[in-house]
Amino acid sequence: MLLEVRHIAASYDGVPALHDVSFTVDEGEVVTIIGSNGAGKTTTIRTISGQLRPDRGEILFRGTRIDGLPAHRIAEMGIAHVPEGRRLFNRLTVLQNLLVGSFTRRARAEEDAMLERVFTLFPRLKERANQRAGTLSGGEQQMLAIGRGLMLQPVILMLDEPSLGLAPMLVDEIFNTIRQIAREGMTILLVEQNVRESLELSDRAYVLQTGTTVAEGTGAELLESEMVRRAYLGL
Amino acid sequence: MDTTLLLQALTNGLLIGMVYALISVGLTLIFGLMEIVNFAHGEFLMLAMYAAFWASVLLNLDPMVSLPLTVGGLALLGLVTYRGIIAQILNAPMLAQIFATFGLGLFLRGLAQYLWSPNFRTIERPWLGQISGGTVNLGGVFLGVPQIAAAILAGVAFAALYLFISRTRIGLALQAVAEDKSTAELMGIDSHRMFALGWVLGGACVGVAGAVLASFYPITPTVGILFALIAYIVVALGGFGSVPGALVAGLLVGLVQEASPILFGVPTTYKYAVVFALYLVVVLIRPQGLFGRF
Ligand SMILES: Nc1ncnc2c1ncn2[C@@H]1O[C@H](COP(=O)(O)OP(=O)(O)O)[C@@H](O)[C@H]1O
Ligand SMILES: [Mg+2]
Repeated sequence: MLLEVRHIAASYDGVPALHDVSFTVDEGEVVTIIGSNGAGKTTTIRTISGQLRPDRGEILFRGTRIDGLPAHRIAEMGIAHVPEGRRLFNRLTVLQNLLVGSFTRRARAEEDAMLERVFTLFPRLKERANQRAGTLSGGEQQMLAIGRGLMLQPVILMLDEPSLGLAPMLVDEIFNTIRQIAREGMTILLVEQNVRESLELSDRAYVLQTGTTVAEGTGAELLESEMVRRAYLGL
Repeated sequence: MDTTLLLQALTNGLLIGMVYALISVGLTLIFGLMEIVNFAHGEFLMLAMYAAFWASVLLNLDPMVSLPLTVGGLALLGLVTYRGIIAQILNAPMLAQIFATFGLGLFLRGLAQYLWSPNFRTIERPWLGQISGGTVNLGGVFLGVPQIAAAILAGVAFAALYLFISRTRIGLALQAVAEDKSTAELMGIDSHRMFALGWVLGGACVGVAGAVLASFYPITPTVGILFALIAYIVVALGGFGSVPGALVAGLLVGLVQEASPILFGVPTTYKYAVVFALYLVVVLIRPQGLFGRF
């Protein structure tokens, strides 16, 4: 198992946000965590990437515990976290943002090849390479955030609501890109409120409610499930 | 008005302004990285000047020769200050952070007074003071050789720092941490190491400044107070965290300070008052300073 999250709980200043979250991601899989606003999706991802320490539970990467490690050490292992709201370095150029993404020694070794791949995936980033990140449109910013995540040479790519705040046409584009990246063999952990689109491209998915994983299944199974249809698809 | 006199003042202003810029850039770098003001910055400068002084007295090394030692020593002091004090109070309330560095400054000043007495010290016969009799005549404008060398070395150090920050991968990582520390960590950047590097670079900058000032500026335990005050003004004027801002504002402050006695007839003893007045005007009109962050 590549990533294993076992019964984690986490809180902000003593206020619990996660109660009992468990799931696994296997090599080459696309796994999605769906859940409504405030369910704890972002907190889950942040706990994995080391921005937050879990109060309880364990997180294993390739069988080794990583909970409690500082974020930069977790990134060095190839766990990439593309944060909600992009969090680009707006004062830096597009190219500089990408080069910050390949800061680790591990990533630097394959930097040129990955830069090529990112520019192939997002030709617009190449056109705007020397423009400041802050001047990009919303869609381009999301492409850059994903591109910067890829520059880490991820073993697993964690995407936190990549479609958030984008126009419907751009949402489709982003989902197509994620599909493309997955086809090329990347393991992906996706967190989304855009339930239908994300379940359609997932191998497996988990439902997160008020900080607890309450259901799991293949993407197709959850799309059919009564609970998901009622709570998240409005059917 | 005498043009030669004005030219003389403007040149002097640019020369000392370059040193101001270098002292200030260390301060602004640290602030840009972690929003902490090093209130011991002036005392770091004072220690750098004493390092050059004692190297000259005890080891018979000219300040230009001992410069690498001074820079290395101050870089180490920056590192020790970060690891020993700053790293412990990163999440402390702002007031605690202010007192920590302010207290360090007071301590260092007191220590210098205790160890080396409050007396003025000057370095005997520095090399730079002997080159062409210590002054050069540029069409009626007389410039001190030590002052020229100080400005050139400060300029070189400033340029090197700028290139390091803007052209190297580590520099890029510094900028990333300055803008968004927790996101930079997601890229595998150890923000604590970058903070430590900021203090090392800040220390190295005042190390160069202290070494070049030592050839012509009297050295006392309180010498850092005025320089630090000017550096705070330069940083505020240039924009907190802005490296180009430190250069422009440093030169501007130097120019204003030297030219105001001639332009406005201010007694030279009050030339710093004009600098402070300029600062107040800028703060009222443009509180964010002339430039943004680096
Ligand atoms: N920085 C924070 N400080 C305090 N509480 C937070 C913070 N971030 C999130 N929370 C709380 O934690 C819970 C889970 O939030 P989050 O993980 O952001 O949910 P989601 O990403 O699913 O929308 C919510 O109740 C939210 O209010
Ligand atoms: Mg969220």
